[in-house]
Amino acid sequence: MTTATREAPASAGRPATARAVFTGIGVTAPNGLGTEAWWAATLAGRPGIRPVTRFDASGYPATLAGEVPGFEPKDHIPSRLLPQTDHMTRLALTAADEALADAGVDTAALPDFAGGVVTAASAGGFEFGQRELQALWSKGGQYVSAYQSFAWFYAVNTGQISIRNGLRGPSGVLVSEQAGGLDALAQARRQLRRGSALMVTGGVDGAICPWGWTALLSGGRISTATDPARAYLPFSADARGHVPGEGGAILILEDAGSARDRDARVYGELAAYAATFDPAPGHDGEPGLGRAAELALAEAGIAPAGVDVVFADAAGVPELDRQEADALRRLFGPRGVPVTAPKTMTGRLSAGGASLDVAAALLAVRDAVIPPTVHVAEPAAEYALDLVTDARPGPVRTALVLARGQGGFNAAAVITGDARPRTHH
Amino acid sequence: MSRRVVITGIGVVAPGSGGGTKPFWSLLTEGRTATRAISLFDASSFRSRVAAEVDFDPAASGLRPQEIRRMDRAAQFAVVAAREAVADSGLEPEALDPHRLGVTIGSAVGATMGLDTEYNVVSDGGSGWLVDHAYAVPHLFGHFVPSSFAAEVAWTVGAQGPTAVVSTGCTSGLDSVGHAVELIREGSADVMVAGATDAPISPISVACFDAIKATTPRNDDAEHASRPFDRTRNGFVLGEGSAVFVLEELAAARARGAHVYAEISGFASRSNAYHMTGLRTDGVEMAEAIRVALDEARTDATAVDYINAHGSGTKQNDRHETAAFKRSLGQHAYATPVSSIKSMIGHSLGAIGALEIAACALAVEHGVIPPTANLHEPDPECDLDYTPLTAREARVDTVLSVGSGFGGFQSAMVLARPERRAV
Repeated sequence: MTTATREAPASAGRPATARAVFTGIGVTAPNGLGTEAWWAATLAGRPGIRPVTRFDASGYPATLAGEVPGFEPKDHIPSRLLPQTDHMTRLALTAADEALADAGVDTAALPDFAGGVVTAASAGGFEFGQRELQALWSKGGQYVSAYQSFAWFYAVNTGQISIRNGLRGPSGVLVSEQAGGLDALAQARRQLRRGSALMVTGGVDGAICPWGWTALLSGGRISTATDPARAYLPFSADARGHVPGEGGAILILEDAGSARDRDARVYGELAAYAATFDPAPGHDGEPGLGRAAELALAEAGIAPAGVDVVFADAAGVPELDRQEADALRRLFGPRGVPVTAPKTMTGRLSAGGASLDVAAALLAVRDAVIPPTVHVAEPAAEYALDLVTDARPGPVRTALVLARGQGGFNAAAVITGDARPRTHH
Repeated sequence: MSRRVVITGIGVVAPGSGGGTKPFWSLLTEGRTATRAISLFDASSFRSRVAAEVDFDPAASGLRPQEIRRMDRAAQFAVVAAREAVADSGLEPEALDPHRLGVTIGSAVGATMGLDTEYNVVSDGGSGWLVDHAYAVPHLFGHFVPSSFAAEVAWTVGAQGPTAVVSTGCTSGLDSVGHAVELIREGSADVMVAGATDAPISPISVACFDAIKATTPRNDDAEHASRPFDRTRNGFVLGEGSAVFVLEELAAARARGAHVYAEISGFASRSNAYHMTGLRTDGVEMAEAIRVALDEARTDATAVDYINAHGSGTKQNDRHETAAFKRSLGQHAYATPVSSIKSMIGHSLGAIGALEIAACALAVEHGVIPPTANLHEPDPECDLDYTPLTAREARVDTVLSVGSGFGGFQSAMVLARPERRAV
């Protein structure tokens, strides 16, 4: 008995340029549970930012959040999973179910090891963790749940999605704060190029509990405004921080050949991606967001003039807004490209935000419309941005999605409609 | 042929000393154990009260007062290990293009120690659901999202290329380094500072492993508490630490006359899609990860000279991976020395995979296979050569290192003496 031979691998790697296409979308967002509900609200400019309901936030300096409306866990999650899952994991499992159904994939029919999971995480199941920390410190270690060992940790969504759907291929978890929602997609694409057929990827996140709120506040970027229409105003002269939210998107990313073989409906392609990191605080040098965008466009072989819309990171912090506007102006010229931030309707979703922006980009391609930025009547003149403040119809073939993670993380992804000819391969 | 990636610098913070690669390797090759009664907090009310702790002095390790204040212990380990790795590599950070220098840091549980401590304060001992944000430390956000670990390392080495934390439970260390290798191969970076760190010896971690009886209750014999592959094993011993590497392309390393420890020639991961903490006995997914990693390394299973096992010392793990080795290597599994350094330095969750890569690279470098300490009574169900008690001198050209983690992750990495592999 020996397997010590050089057999051809069952999962032969594909060319490093093999194309990765999106074939399924699942959304849990503060302005809509489910892809179509969220998308309709997004195009209509209906925001989901409201006073916090998940706990009594009245004693905290910030009181607004984007919470997923109408989510009844027992309607979406098997009862045996309820005691072992944090709220954000339930949202993630729900989004994954929708994405797989949308893609029309029967994971049980996939070849062994052909499907994997890569998600982004930021703080893990923080609300679950708070409950167990409270048990520990108020009553003692023996009161800590048997599920604590995994329910709060950063790998939980990937693990639970993998188990629930029998996905035994390569899996992963990336943590780079808000940039992670793009980093995860890029890692999923790498796995497709290494031989996987299908990846469940993206990010769904949330830590709207007193302990999470306290940690978010310590980051120094949370808006303390009490008017939901005035709290998160990226690129506005009145920008004063952002509103945190929960939710995100789970996407199905497939090898283009595998998708074609099963006649899958294709939303678009993850045509390019790049990540950079800012210079250390106090050190000279340009912030890295613009460089990430340039690298991604170079990989895609697309000139700035070929970009139809930019989904901005939209920090809502004056210095950061200025950096992003500078980068966009350098790349595209003054008012050189439509820029939008539908996250003004959801708040910033930590690891979930950039994946949701990619979902929006894919549907913008499908429906030939750019979703709006709300609450910002007009961007500050000095930024020279063409900020889309009402849904703007028109063909969208190429979208640039930008994301920044607190601490210096930058990522950029180019999303193209599948029909676009690609000449650089 | 894609770019070949090699280790040219190693930095370690491990139990048994205050840090440094040299004391780590001495401990392993002498077969000493660093497991002891927990001293980092009063563990008297817990079921498992043993751990492998680092005698870490942050100031003596070169950290500045503000670094010490803002960083969790795990981040401190990673920064210290990264600095040692860069110094060891002989690279002059100023001579590098910062845009082509990236960072990946693995961590299973992030700043759990700092979060545990700070929660206790803002909640005033868990006195209610609402907590008092006014008592929060200003750097709490860095504990909240552990990407701060990668940011700290990037700041310390001057990286502005791709930077992230990889968090796949107990395979985080292997997966972080594997990810960094891919980034160099695909051309996203030329040099990566990659590794992993964890410092989980705090009440909440000890409590959660107590709750599922994953850790050993052998409190009366702490020094011999970690017993991988032994018939009397009854759980793992929690550890802590970090290992960080400088990775670069082989040709570039040779061009600058760098010392090359080993090539990372293959890496793969698979998932068991079975249970968040449980393992099936057959080891199919780990075997598949091994098979794919060997295939990527273009290495026959018969070429494997040493297997660095996950070897956590839980009943289920040690059987699971023994089955995986047999399934993937066939008869050669019986002829290959296997060992678990967790017998000496405990299980530092996400960090251990990186510490094990360090051990593998040093095994290639020195021609010494570290032993499995405390293995006196072989388990009939674990019937391979686990290198009991004493290190073994042997030519080591090709090493397999594996990991298995909560969430179902199974990872395998192949390291090789670079001149061995045909180009």
